[in-house]
Amino acid sequence: MQIAARRGGLLVVLLGVLWGLWEGWHWVGTRFHLHWPFPVNDTTMPHLHEIVRALFQPAQVNGPWLVRILVHDSLFTLKESAVGFAIGAVVGFAIAVVLSQSSFLERGIIPYVVASQTIPLLAIAPMVVVGLGTKGVTDWVAVAILAAYLTFFPVTINGLRGLQSADPRAVELMRSYAASRWRILWKLQVPASLPYLFSAFRIAAPLAIVGAIISEPAASIQGGLGGAIVNFNQYYSIEPQELWATNVVAALLGIGFFLVVVAAEKLVVRRPPEQTA
Amino acid sequence: MSVVELSGVSKTFQQGKTVALQGIDLAIEAGEFVSLIGPSGCGKSTLLRIIGDLIQPTTGSVTVNGKPAHRARLDRDYGIVFQHAVLYDWRTVAKNIALPLEMLGWSRARRAQRVKEMLELVELTGFEHHHPWQLSGGMQQRVSIARALSFSPALLLMDEPFGALDEMTRERLNMELLRLWEEIGSTVVFVTHSIAEAVFLSTRVVVMSPRPGRITEVVDVDLPQPRTAQLREDPRYFELVTAVREALARGGAEAVVEEELVSGTDG
Amino acid sequence: MSGRIGRRALDWLPAVLVFAVGLAAWQWVFSPLAGRFLLPRPSTIATTLWHNFRLLFDAGWFTFKEALGGYVIGSALAIVVALLFARWRRVGDALMPYAVAANAVPIIAFAPITNAWFGVLNPHSKWAIAGVLCFLPVMVNTLRGLTSVRPEAIELMRSYAASELDIFRRVRIPAALPFVFTGLRVATVLSMIGAIVGDYFGGSTVALGVQIENSISLFDFPFGWAAIVVASGFGIAFYVAVSLAERVVLRGVPSTRE
Repeated sequence: MQIAARRGGLLVVLLGVLWGLWEGWHWVGTRFHLHWPFPVNDTTMPHLHEIVRALFQPAQVNGPWLVRILVHDSLFTLKESAVGFAIGAVVGFAIAVVLSQSSFLERGIIPYVVASQTIPLLAIAPMVVVGLGTKGVTDWVAVAILAAYLTFFPVTINGLRGLQSADPRAVELMRSYAASRWRILWKLQVPASLPYLFSAFRIAAPLAIVGAIISEPAASIQGGLGGAIVNFNQYYSIEPQELWATNVVAALLGIGFFLVVVAAEKLVVRRPPEQTA
Repeated sequence: MSVVELSGVSKTFQQGKTVALQGIDLAIEAGEFVSLIGPSGCGKSTLLRIIGDLIQPTTGSVTVNGKPAHRARLDRDYGIVFQHAVLYDWRTVAKNIALPLEMLGWSRARRAQRVKEMLELVELTGFEHHHPWQLSGGMQQRVSIARALSFSPALLLMDEPFGALDEMTRERLNMELLRLWEEIGSTVVFVTHSIAEAVFLSTRVVVMSPRPGRITEVVDVDLPQPRTAQLREDPRYFELVTAVREALARGGAEAVVEEELVSGTDG
Repeated sequence: MSGRIGRRALDWLPAVLVFAVGLAAWQWVFSPLAGRFLLPRPSTIATTLWHNFRLLFDAGWFTFKEALGGYVIGSALAIVVALLFARWRRVGDALMPYAVAANAVPIIAFAPITNAWFGVLNPHSKWAIAGVLCFLPVMVNTLRGLTSVRPEAIELMRSYAASELDIFRRVRIPAALPFVFTGLRVATVLSMIGAIVGDYFGGSTVALGVQIENSISLFDFPFGWAAIVVASGFGIAFYVAVSLAERVVLRGVPSTRE
């Protein structure tokens, strides 16, 4: 409980410092007409309280408050990301299990899965989503499929590494008990793979959200945060606070999803402490 | 003047919750080979580090070479060898041995000369440009010892240096260590949990009790010098090994009795 | 000698087989099924790439420069911060969880804002995105390397009466180099992604990202995929270049990654 309070206190201090830095830079920039690294004025750096205020005002005349729109958009994006993440995680782990059982398949497939980490996968997001759209897939489902695709790669790599990370002596012990392949898998290798899986989840969760956000504009999807960003970007010179507010909400969504994964990890995984200086 | 003098040294951790060492009084004279032996957790490694000023005692005084331990460390009066060779992978064997000499500001020529001598001493000539990972465990430890002796310290501290090696390598390195000790004439403080090793190598064996670590007994090893391999089969050797073993048992039993007295239980 | 080469070739056989089968399946099974918008045939992509090679290569080079600027700035900053966090451990330990959580923010979504700051056509707007993306992996890996030294290695230096600076210079920094390179390798991909995807929100027409976006709105998918192939090519070349640099700097020190 004490740790939580201290963490919370530190967070408040940190946010306060950031707020101070923001307003401080804004003041210095406007006072001295700074143009480096970028011109500082009310448009490029709206006051933080302005951003907060914009949230609790209608975005359009007689419309709902901005915060309501953004929460609705967030949930839409979250739906796409979370569904895709779940599918990608399950499929990815299933493939990792298959690969762990067949050395031939592993040597054949893993190089490509690993190589995929060196190519800018995220860049294909809009193309895939629009392409799926031409086949008649509903817009949010297409984005979910993309999120699954992005999640699958890190999960497969880490899942395989995790399954293979079980101490060979522990495997020998199980064999001496005449344990079947499935038993060894379920009782030894899967638990051993959990820390690795959660490492992958920590990467994949924000990735699924980013994938969703950048795909939505290309597919002309209006209901999500990506659409909102492009939308408010058009009014940036008039109402910069609205785009900033959208980005703040997107940031909270990314962090929130990530924290859910971290919390799940705390419940599921127990790691021994490291012995280092 | 003793090389090492410990007076009333004790060490507690975690604000007094764990008592690692209690009431340690010990004097080590120049040229001695003193082993510290005891069960796991008896604080022998802690005591070694206190002598080296790597850990500060909670009470008591530590004098090395007539100075406070802190001063002795700053004056680089001792060399230290750990259980793992702790060589730096990115340096060759030669550069690993030269490390303390670099820190002492020796010239390149002088360093090269000393490295050559040390490699001859530990019989690893020809391995100058090898990297640590290319050497066996025993060879790595020899490099580690060469490094510790490279600047001819008066005192050599060793923390279970052969603990990670197999028995045969260990016995061979024991002989090598004794040969080095004779040639260089340093004083050695040697931590081990092998009774055979302690008796074979030392002039005196300090037997420690389980936590809180105290000195149960000091056994004088009156075997002839220089030690030979045949001594391992000498009756007097076995007598001394038994004496140390019994001292260890006694220390353990005393600790159990003391704990019962403190906690109020019996039998 | 031929036996050893034969064995090495055998190791790669499954991968080569899978590649051949995969490519064939793509050409004759998946593409016809998926349709030319979702998944053009490899042959179509190849011919599009060939016809537009000059254009796409220039675009790739431009995008690579956008990525590189961010990469250098982000990585340099990350290493400096890691050094600070390693020196003042308590500050580092306290701030780490927040840095990690902050990295879960969809940084690319800030591209419209950096465009507003630096101008849509200015590469600096993409430098900012790429740089922020590179920051955390390089910082975390560097910090792990700086602090993963065995306690006895530090004790050894203390027995030589070494100062904190000495310890950093002689032990922590050399020990950290393999870890730094792990981070730098990961960052190559991230910087390319930052540049390309950042351009999705607006950029110079010379940039790959903009060209891909245009190809989508024109439904010219083979061109888009050809652009992706070029982007991947630059990405892989970047990664390989950093790996080679790693080999040179580390000169055979066994990698202590992961």
